[in-house]
Amino acid sequence: MKKFFTVSLLFVSFGVFAQDDLMKELEKGQKPEINYVGQTFKGTRIINGQSVESKGKGELEFIFAHRFDKINTGSYNAWGFDGFAVVRLGLEYGITDRLGVSIGRNFNTANKMVDAYVRYKVARQSTGAKSFPVTITAIGTVTYQAFPNAADATANSLALPSTADRMAYVVEVPIARKFSSKFSAQVTPIFVHRNAVNKSFENNDDYAVAVAARYKISRSVSLVGEYCDRLNANSSSPFYNSAGFGFDIETGGHVFQLIFTNSLGLNPNTIVTQTDGNINKGDIRFGFNITRTFQLTKRK
Amino acid sequence: MNRMFLVFAFLAFAINLPAQKFSAEKTYIKFFSDATIEDIAAENTKASSIFNQETGDVVFSVPIKEFEFDKSLMKEHFNEKYMESEQYPKATFQGKISGYQTSTSGEQKATAAGKLTIHGVTQDVQIPGTMENIKGAWKMKAKFMVKLVDYKIKIPQLLWKNIAEEVEVTVEFNYKSL
Repeated sequence: MKKFFTVSLLFVSFGVFAQDDLMKELEKGQKPEINYVGQTFKGTRIINGQSVESKGKGELEFIFAHRFDKINTGSYNAWGFDGFAVVRLGLEYGITDRLGVSIGRNFNTANKMVDAYVRYKVARQSTGAKSFPVTITAIGTVTYQAFPNAADATANSLALPSTADRMAYVVEVPIARKFSSKFSAQVTPIFVHRNAVNKSFENNDDYAVAVAARYKISRSVSLVGEYCDRLNANSSSPFYNSAGFGFDIETGGHVFQLIFTNSLGLNPNTIVTQTDGNINKGDIRFGFNITRTFQLTKRK
Repeated sequence: MNRMFLVFAFLAFAINLPAQKFSAEKTYIKFFSDATIEDIAAENTKASSIFNQETGDVVFSVPIKEFEFDKSLMKEHFNEKYMESEQYPKATFQGKISGYQTSTSGEQKATAAGKLTIHGVTQDVQIPGTMENIKGAWKMKAKFMVKLVDYKIKIPQLLWKNIAEEVEVTVEFNYKSL
């Protein structure tokens, strides 16, 4: 009986070992894979600035961005909700998982800005067979300021700008690392060229570096912060460095970003070079970005 | 006693080791979630498996990131919110298939019993399916339900209920001799 027990035990234990050995054999036979790190940020925008994220192939993102007036304008102005606000409606389409194109329009009476950009994910953070520490994206933007037309120019006693004078160009290269599933950080060198500026307080060429980070506080909610430092701001510039913080809330196909920032602009050139809020004086605006993603072509 | 022990030890080895092993050359896994707002389906052809036809021992390894969906966003949510695939990159099964005859050709019923690990949680399962011996190669098929709660896969509260609490998993593996 004892013998029988010993033998049965042997069979049982070898059976379990056999499966473990089989699993080891299976793992040994597997080719080392490249694991690309995804979802570094929730959306294509962190707050005002671009993130490294691109849309998936065949995805169309509709973005509705809104910035209200300054909160410190007080109760009579409903803490900014009454005042001058800007809206940008934009569409971004993923041609491939890495290449995207976008068009957008600012809806306000002050600049009537039209913009277009191309985004390309140059490198992807990965682990495994090929390891790379960061994700790098390059974004080239062109903007056209439609304000003023001839009638508005006359009414505001402005010279009517030529087409070239209405154009500005921006290159941004966000470099981001997802340190953990919760924490990501990004640094973005930015170059802005504006064809027409007031040389007494502005530059044609501006250089800036933006830093940003996000921390996920739950599976659907993150905290985000962003700061953009102008490296060669004109010494008589009346403008400030752009800053902001906010919450990302994700619900299925929508991302809601609730934002507090000192910037009014919704294009990289206005955000970098024309941020009018002085944080020390409490010039903060409330705003939001809402994105909805549609899949236009099936992946499979 | 000593000699007996050696004989039995040898026997145990003999039964387990020089057996006929098969590895999966073609794999197909599909899951389907039937919910009120939208049906969600995903397919994966990147799984791997080894099967020992003598003992019935079988192991599966399924890379979670290789499930392909119609929508990029679904794939993103599946990996980030449900399966947390950066933390749990693989689903595995380790078990034994019984109820089939190696000598019989044609489709026969069989049962796989063992440990299924999804999302880092291991459950003992019994999965009914079929085995077919085609000229010395094997074709294995099974269809079963996976309850998300059994594997601690949580549905985020902020998401509307557009995923079912139970998903149907279809498995089709073709094996050839190692």
